[in-house]
Amino acid sequence: MKRLLMIVALMVGVVSSINAMEITGAGASFPAPLYGKWAESYNKLTGVRVNYQSIGSSGGVNQIKAKTVDFGASDTPLADADLEAAGLMQFPTVIGGVVPVINLPGIASGAMVLTGEVLADIYLGKITQWDDAAIKTLNPTLNLPNQKITVVRRADGSGTTAIFTEYLTKISPNWASQIGQGNTVNWPIGTGGKGNEGVSAFVMRLPGAIGYVEYAYAKQSTMAFVQLKNAKGETVSPSIDSFKAATQNIDWSKTFAQSLTNSSAQGAWPITSTTFILMQKQGNPEKSKTIIAFFDWAYKNGSAEALALDYVPMPADVVTAVQKAWAEKIAI
Amino acid sequence: MTLYQRRKMANMIALTLSLMAMAFGLIWLLWILETTIVKGFSALSWSLLTESTPAAGSLGGGLLNALVGSLLLVFFATVLGTPIGLLAGIYLVEYGRFTWLAKVVAFVNDVLLAGPSIVMGLFVYAVIVVPTGGYSGWAGVVALLLIQIPIVIRTTENMLLLVPQTLREAAFALGAPKWKMILAITLKAARAGIMTGILLGIARITGETAPLLFTALNNLFFSVDMSGPMANLPKMIYDFAMSPYPRWQEIAWAGVLLITMGVLFLNILARFFSRKKF
Amino acid sequence: MGNWILGGLSMAAAIFTLAALCGVIIMLGIQAWPSITEFGFSFITNSVWDPPNNVFGAFVPIYGTLITSTIALIIAIPVSFGIALFLTELAPAWLRRPLGTAIELLAAIPSIVYGMWGLLFFSPIFAKYVQTPLMNWTADIPFLNHLFAGAPIGIGLFTAGIILAIMIIPYIASVMRDVFEVVPPLLKESAYGLGCTTWEVIWSVVLPYTKAGAIGGIMLGLGRALGETMAVTFVIGNSNILDGYSLFSMGNSITSVLANEFPEASLTGFHQSALMELGLILFFITCVVLSLSKVMLLRIKKMGGP
Repeated sequence: MKRLLMIVALMVGVVSSINAMEITGAGASFPAPLYGKWAESYNKLTGVRVNYQSIGSSGGVNQIKAKTVDFGASDTPLADADLEAAGLMQFPTVIGGVVPVINLPGIASGAMVLTGEVLADIYLGKITQWDDAAIKTLNPTLNLPNQKITVVRRADGSGTTAIFTEYLTKISPNWASQIGQGNTVNWPIGTGGKGNEGVSAFVMRLPGAIGYVEYAYAKQSTMAFVQLKNAKGETVSPSIDSFKAATQNIDWSKTFAQSLTNSSAQGAWPITSTTFILMQKQGNPEKSKTIIAFFDWAYKNGSAEALALDYVPMPADVVTAVQKAWAEKIAI
Repeated sequence: MTLYQRRKMANMIALTLSLMAMAFGLIWLLWILETTIVKGFSALSWSLLTESTPAAGSLGGGLLNALVGSLLLVFFATVLGTPIGLLAGIYLVEYGRFTWLAKVVAFVNDVLLAGPSIVMGLFVYAVIVVPTGGYSGWAGVVALLLIQIPIVIRTTENMLLLVPQTLREAAFALGAPKWKMILAITLKAARAGIMTGILLGIARITGETAPLLFTALNNLFFSVDMSGPMANLPKMIYDFAMSPYPRWQEIAWAGVLLITMGVLFLNILARFFSRKKF
Repeated sequence: MGNWILGGLSMAAAIFTLAALCGVIIMLGIQAWPSITEFGFSFITNSVWDPPNNVFGAFVPIYGTLITSTIALIIAIPVSFGIALFLTELAPAWLRRPLGTAIELLAAIPSIVYGMWGLLFFSPIFAKYVQTPLMNWTADIPFLNHLFAGAPIGIGLFTAGIILAIMIIPYIASVMRDVFEVVPPLLKESAYGLGCTTWEVIWSVVLPYTKAGAIGGIMLGLGRALGETMAVTFVIGNSNILDGYSLFSMGNSITSVLANEFPEASLTGFHQSALMELGLILFFITCVVLSLSKVMLLRIKKMGGP
């Protein structure tokens, strides 16, 4: 046993000394698959190892503040004052959208149209039947069943819930006063599924169910998505283009802490947001340089990989603003 | 019905129920294993053991990094934790029996058994990860220790208490010093149960996600550097099984299969050696 | 000399365990302090858990933890006893080891697998073949119809209890088997010699001799049931609203709230602190349950036995 221990210890010592530059990042789970994909490609190219792990957004914020990681990641932006106090900077990396999904036999994907108000009333428990007048007016041609609505929502705290409830808070005064927005809220009704996977499982199993999931889940599964009316009154479907549209009409030069939900831009999907990276302004220069080089590479070369995984790359003007902020704020 | 018939009847019923209980236990195991095999079978191949975890959407890849990381974490936790658990168990029964310290420790140990593993992880995070400035395999080992030790203590105490007092007295009568009596007589008499405790402990920590989340973190790449973030199977399974990507899901279930098979193998090995040695 | 070393080392190991728990409690206490001072006793009785409005009451998770663990024990104790009985008295010798190992394997399956399997495979079948018939059957029986009310979707407190039972069976069964095995053959043989049936030997000889060990095994299982996180989260429904006392209703447990919300708990307000207080309460519940079992054990001891 002792000899075995010594061999292992020796092995550990030897291998650790030949490791290449390693960067550790942690935080939001939503972008984790994409960061992992970028890290794999970047590693093949440069030998640099960017180890990103999903531990949750507040975990990401806590860790970068405690300096246990080289960069943190969060689905909700920190306020500028918080950033200043902690000596951090943040920048958006990709855009994601949340999609309401339903399970109503006979109703095709994308056939149903809802508004934010109706969605809020369903999640408040005010609209309980699929053939409710409010839904009928929006969908005059659909043959709506006289069926109870089974509400499904996330059980775990998540950025997805934060975006969804932010949208409902903006659009429905009732929702704002009774429930509010956050990673976890006090849901008045509904079944809680663990993760996107849990929500999908419930929606697919329970006829008459409605839930909300990240775009990648809505796209890859067989669930029917719902079209929404955006702030301009247009009926939009969730898609790369409608997510991208939500980033228009925003001045990114002052702050990256922007809310994209209920965007008034043309063709914009109303439940859209960006996800953020947090890094030290005065961190280890060598590591800061590597982090910037990695994300710069990702902005320039990672778009195809992002699209393949159903994430939406940042538009060029935002990327320019981020590059400018790096040069100004990060000490290298 | 005569008394004799009634007694026979009671016996029949009890034994039938016992048989049904056994079947009940096995059905779950078979059902879960069947699920695992169906979902993970297509991922079983050599590349599973020779390549590291693939990125989302990539084909191929394996789980070498997670497997090696988990082996290292569990290995060190077991090597360091088992002696502590054994010793504490020995103290409770052989040295400190009836003292207030032993009573308190035995009680505290049962409380620790119920500690949610995430809390153990957070504790280690506060006392090791933050002071040392980063996640490390060693922090993960400590978190696993805290989960494993109470299981070993509980089973060791359990079994030592059942060793007949006459055995100890016989050893003393032959002039054996207490420490020799403990090592050569009581531990030996209780070895099967103690071994079960160690194996249950290993089985438990092999599948724990929560304590590693805040300590060893995880690693996308192959690494055997215990002072840095370590890849491990439970976190990999957690991330991959809950993802929308088919290849990831396959690998996750293959990982589950690997853990179960690994523990089975260990079980057989340990039983084989423990029987041979003594 | 040898005695001094072994005695010293073993005492050090015991103190290490004590120190670990104290450390955990102190850490939890410090982090939970803001929530403890803010909500006081109402934290336990209040059933509103509302992170955005910074109001936290833990009644529902506490209730859920107690109910699911109770269901788990009610199922797991007799089954484990049956398995241990089978493995020590009934099974042919060559089959004992393989079957025992198979049961121990249940402990090796990662808890997330229990969760996902429970959600995707077990709960639909449970809803269709157990829940629905049970609800139809008890629909006209007072009390029971409330106990088994609700939508038959296969998730909730009852399902969580069953999954927990499966998870703790290996712990209880293995320990019971081991303690049954060390009963001196002399004792059993004397009983058989008097003409006792197998069941009578088990019930009147083996069980009294091993009851402390058997209860130790149950404690091991209960500990796991109280502290289990991932598996429960998938199947308990994660609802903080309690309507009625139906076992089929959805609920929450202390650990599932902790695991669900901690990674994304908001950094301002009392959210993280309230979660830490939940952890503290779980330790407290364990202490109470343990004390009760100690009292019970003392009672049994008074009634006789070795």
